[in-house]
Amino acid sequence: MSAARTVREWAPALVVFVLGIALWQGAIAAFDIQQFLLPKPSDIVRSCWDQRHTLWPAGWYTFKEALGGFAVGSIAGMAAATVISRFRTLGAALMPIAVAANAIPIIAFAPILNNWFNPLSPSSKIAMAAVLCFLPVMVNTMRGLQSANPRQIELMRSYAASGFSIWRQVRVPTALPFVFTSLKVASVLAMIAAIVGEYFGGSYDALGVLIRSKAQILDFETAWAGILVASVLGITLYLAVAAAERLVVRWAPETRDS
Amino acid sequence: MSHAAAATFPIRRSYAGHIAAGARRALAVVAVVAALVGLYELYRFIWSSTGWTHPFIVDDTSMPHVWVILHALWQPAQVNQPALGTILFHKSLFTAKEAAVGFALGAVVGFAIGIVLAHSRLLVRGFLPYIVASQTIPILAIAPMVVVWVNPKLPPSLQGWGSVAVIAAYLTFFPVAINTLRGLQSADPRALELMRTYAASRWTVLWKLRVPASMPFVFSALRIAATASVVGAIIGELPSGLQSGLGGAILNFNQYYSIEPQELWATNIVAAILGIVFFVVVAAAEKAIVRRAPENVA
Amino acid sequence: MTEQHSVVDVSGVSKTFPRGNVRALENIDLALRPGEFVSLIGPSGCGKSTLLRVIGDLVEPSTGSVVVNGKSARQARNDHDYGIVFQDSVLFDWRTVAKNISMPLELLGWDRAKRKERIDEMLRLVELQGFGDHHPWQLSGGMQQRVSIARALAFEPALLLMDEPFGALDEMTRERLNLELLSIWQQLGSTVVFVTHSISEAVFLSTRVVVMSPRPGRIAGIVDVDLPYPRTVETREAPRYFELVTEVRELLRSRGEHLLPEEEAALGQ
Repeated sequence: MSAARTVREWAPALVVFVLGIALWQGAIAAFDIQQFLLPKPSDIVRSCWDQRHTLWPAGWYTFKEALGGFAVGSIAGMAAATVISRFRTLGAALMPIAVAANAIPIIAFAPILNNWFNPLSPSSKIAMAAVLCFLPVMVNTMRGLQSANPRQIELMRSYAASGFSIWRQVRVPTALPFVFTSLKVASVLAMIAAIVGEYFGGSYDALGVLIRSKAQILDFETAWAGILVASVLGITLYLAVAAAERLVVRWAPETRDS
Repeated sequence: MSHAAAATFPIRRSYAGHIAAGARRALAVVAVVAALVGLYELYRFIWSSTGWTHPFIVDDTSMPHVWVILHALWQPAQVNQPALGTILFHKSLFTAKEAAVGFALGAVVGFAIGIVLAHSRLLVRGFLPYIVASQTIPILAIAPMVVVWVNPKLPPSLQGWGSVAVIAAYLTFFPVAINTLRGLQSADPRALELMRTYAASRWTVLWKLRVPASMPFVFSALRIAATASVVGAIIGELPSGLQSGLGGAILNFNQYYSIEPQELWATNIVAAILGIVFFVVVAAAEKAIVRRAPENVA
Repeated sequence: MTEQHSVVDVSGVSKTFPRGNVRALENIDLALRPGEFVSLIGPSGCGKSTLLRVIGDLVEPSTGSVVVNGKSARQARNDHDYGIVFQDSVLFDWRTVAKNISMPLELLGWDRAKRKERIDEMLRLVELQGFGDHHPWQLSGGMQQRVSIARALAFEPALLLMDEPFGALDEMTRERLNLELLSIWQQLGSTVVFVTHSISEAVFLSTRVVVMSPRPGRIAGIVDVDLPYPRTVETREAPRYFELVTEVRELLRSRGEHLLPEEEAALGQ
C-alpha cells in the first residue's frame, strides 16, 4: 500500500482516538464523579510510566502464558483436524458436535486446572489458553480442509496424483485462509484465558493477579494501567498473526495487493 | 413448474426422514460422549496405576470417577439441603437469565452498530479498530468496576444480576456488530442498482434489501453470541459476589475442592449443558425462522 | 483384435448413477481415430460430460469397456495419457501462472530446467509470454482458460479432453480462442474430445460431431464435417458450413421428442 493510502486508511481512527481521549479527560475533570472508578487518561498513563518496572514484566509474564497456550492449542487443533479429515464420514459426523462443543464455557474449568497444576505456576494458565484455542482452530481447519474445490480434486485425479499430493497441493492451501481466521480469534482468546486463569490463583509476577490486587487496594490508576497493558499485548498478538497471514496467504481476496 | 425451478427448490424431507436424521445425530453425540468418558477413565486408570506425576498427579481429588461426579448430582451438597443437581439447576436458571438479557441487549446494540457503520466507510475506518480492540480488554478485570458503576443506576429488582447482564452484553455485541456489518455490505451490487432505479430511499434499501441479505451472517453471529453471553454471565458473576448463579457456585465449590472435588466437576457439567442449550436454542430458532421465509435466505 | 487405428474405443458403455437412479449413458459405442477433433453435443442430461469423464477414468462405467491408447482407461490415466480442461479454468490461486502450468510436470517428476523450458514453450503456444509471474485473479477469463489449456498440454498428451472450455466466455473471445485451439491442435497433432453446447462451435472445430440425446443418454447420430483445414473466419461464412450446422440441428431436433422448449432454445444458434 502506498504511503498516502496508508495515511488515509488510518487517519479517521487516529482522529477518533484523539477526540475520545480528549472527551474522556474533559468529562472526568468536568463531572468529577467516577474519579475513583475511571481515572483520567493522564493519570493512567502516568501510572503506566511510574509503575513500569512492575507492570511490563508482569505483562510479559502473562503474555508468555498466553503465547504458550496459543501455540499448544492451535497446533493441537490443526493436528486433530488433519487426522479427523482423513476419514470423511468421521469428519462430517464430528463437525456439528465440535461446533456445539464450542459452546461450552471452558472458563468454568479454570479452577480445576488450577488444582491440577500448582496455582502459582504458569502451567495452569497455559493449559487454560490451550484448551480455549483448541476447538475454534480445529473446527475452522476442518472446515477449510473440507472446502476444496471439487473440480481441483478432479483435476488432480486426472493426473493420477497420490492422496498425499492432493492433500498437500490442494486441500492445505485451500484451508489456509480458514486456519488464519481462527488463529486471529484464538490469539485474542489466549490472553483473556491467561488472565481468567490468574484470577483463580497465580503468581504475583502475573498481570491478572497484579490488576486484581491493585483494584482491591483501590489503586484504580494502576489497575487500569494494567488493563491497558493487557489490552496492548492482546492487540500485539493479534496483529502478529494478521501480519503472518498477509505473508502466507497472499492470494485470498482480503489480502490481495491488486 | 419448469424443470429449472424444480432443481433449485430445497429438498423437503418427509417427517420420517427428519426423525431418522435426528436419531442418527443423537446416536453420534452419545457415541462421542461415551468415547470421551472412556478416554477419561482410561487416562485415569493408566496414570494412577503407573504412578506417573507428569503433567499432574492423578488421584481421586484431581480426577474423580465419572460416576462419582454424576452421583454427586443426586446428593445434597450440605446437610439438610436439596440435591446438588436441584441447586445447580436453579443457579443455572439465574445465570441463564443474565445471559439471555445480556444476549438480547448485546444483539440489539451490535446490530445497531452494524447498521450505523454500514452507511459510512469513514465511520468504519474511524471506529472499527476500537470495536475490535474492545474485545482485547480483559472483562474479568473490568467487571468489578462495571458492577460498582452500573448497579446503583438500576432499579432494585434488577440490581445485582443486571450488571452481570451488562457484562454478558459486552461480550455479545462484538460478533453481532462485525457480522451485521459484513452482512449489510454483502448485498448484491446489481440489486442495489435496481433499488436506485426505483429511487428507493436509504431507509427502504436498508430494510428491504440489505437487512434480509445480512440474515445468514447475523444468524451465524448469534450462534457465537449465544455462547459468549453464557461465558460473559459466568465471568461477570465471579467478582460481583453473587451467590445465586453458576459463577458463585464455581467460586464456592473451588474452596471445597480438596474435600469434595466432584461438586466442582458437577458444576462444570451443568455449565457445559447450559452453554450447549443456549447454542442449540439459537440454532433451532434460526432454522425455524429461515424455513418459514426461504426466499429471504441467500 | 484391437485395432490400433483407434486412440479411444468405447464399447457398450452404460452408466447409471445410484443417486436418483439416473440413466446417464446407455450403450455407447464410439471409436476415435488418432488426430481427430471430435465434438460431443446435446441438451442437458444427454450424458456428454459423463462420457468425457468415463473416457478419462474419472467416472466408472456400469457396463462396457473403454480402451484408451491401447490400454484400459485406468491405466491410461495412471500413465498420464491425457490432459483435461474444464469450463471453469480451475487454476490454483496460490500459484503463479507459470507454477500452475508446471503442476502436472512436478507430479511427473520433471527437473526444474526441463520444467522451465516447457513452461516457456507453453506460454508461447497460448500467447501469454510475459504473464508467467502473474496470479490467476489478475487475468481475464479468456486468459485464464488459455493457461488452463497450456497446463493440459504441458506434458504433451496424445489425448485432450475438454468439457465446455469456452462456455463461460463471451462470443468474440470464444471465436478467437476457437481459432487458437485449432492452431494448437494442428501443431501438436493430438486427438481432441470436445464437449460443447454450441452447434456452430462444434461444426467449426471438428472433424466429426457426435450428437447425443437425453433420457437415457445415447448417441443420436454422427455428422462428418468435411470442411477443409485450416479453418478461418471465412469458413464460418461458407455455404457448406451452414448446411452442416443445419444437419446437426435437425439431428438434435429429430431425436428431440424429449426436448423441452427451453432446452431447444439453450442449444442456440
